[in-house]
Amino acid sequence: MIGILKHFINRVFKDLFKGRKQLKIGLYGPPNGGKTTLANRICKDWLGEEMGTASPIPHETREINIKESINIKSGKKELDFNLIDTPGIATKIDYEDFLKHGMNEKESKKRAKEATKGVIDAIKWLDEMDVVIVVLDATKDPFSQVNITIIGNLAAREIPVLIVANKVDLRKSKIKKVQAAFPQYPVVGISAKFGNNVDEFYESLFTVVN
Amino acid sequence: MLTLEIVPYREIEKLSSLGRIRKLLKIAMENKIVLLEGRLSREEETELIKTTMEEIDDEFAGIELAVIPPTSDKDSRVMQFRNTLVNILAGNRLGLTIIGPASVVKEIKKDPSKIQLFTQDNNKKKKRR
Repeated sequence: MIGILKHFINRVFKDLFKGRKQLKIGLYGPPNGGKTTLANRICKDWLGEEMGTASPIPHETREINIKESINIKSGKKELDFNLIDTPGIATKIDYEDFLKHGMNEKESKKRAKEATKGVIDAIKWLDEMDVVIVVLDATKDPFSQVNITIIGNLAAREIPVLIVANKVDLRKSKIKKVQAAFPQYPVVGISAKFGNNVDEFYESLFTVVN
Repeated sequence: MLTLEIVPYREIEKLSSLGRIRKLLKIAMENKIVLLEGRLSREEETELIKTTMEEIDDEFAGIELAVIPPTSDKDSRVMQFRNTLVNILAGNRLGLTIIGPASVVKEIKKDPSKIQLFTQDNNKKKKRR
């Protein structure tokens, strides 16, 4: 009950000051879904510069990264926002997994420790978001509990969600499976790496924000 | 040896959110797979992930988590309404939650119609200790 009341007060205050502050759009999802690659795509398209470093090794992003004042346009539509790239949310982080990527034990343990802190920070930031883009790897099982928990939490907080089924350039990608897993949300299939279908992504973003 | 601990909903019913999370995580940290009758709230699920992250160290690598909800989008509206009503009146005691330590459970594959739980090769993990 107290939680609901707190949430209601937060939303009322958010709405009151909505006109004054910059819109915050967060990138959320499991590790290696392509959040930073998408952040880089957006920043390259509209600012001409990248935002962070993407890597095939999980948990490359271990801190919240913010890019302020991104302005995107499509016809007469215009959107100003701060983009927040968050660390991938996971329920387990095993330093031994990093050893398989050629890191030594000390580096692996350090990365694991930083990654756990990153997950905690990403969860703490959920309340700050106005809109969330959930970035999922379309080649992976969309029914993972992390995906369901993130999206369920956003729904409970009444935060608008756009689901991006990323990596559609790969043969194994299955957008329909992602759509079937989350039928109540808009899903757009893109390749953040190669730029496939990003125009549709920006159109979907305008729709979700408005 | 694989150990399953079944936790009836009544055992967590009167605990605070933090109390519930601590109780379930404590069992998982003892290398047991938790089968909880019912489910945690969405906020509690997120808190469970957060608390798990705080506990991760060289020995404990986290958990695998899966929740089987009592209703799906394919259920009739009457069925969905009935389950919602039960949840309101009796707490989140419908459905099933599986929490397994990552050292024991390799993966939980969830399909709307079935759940598959894959365990780790214990010999591999023993090398670490």
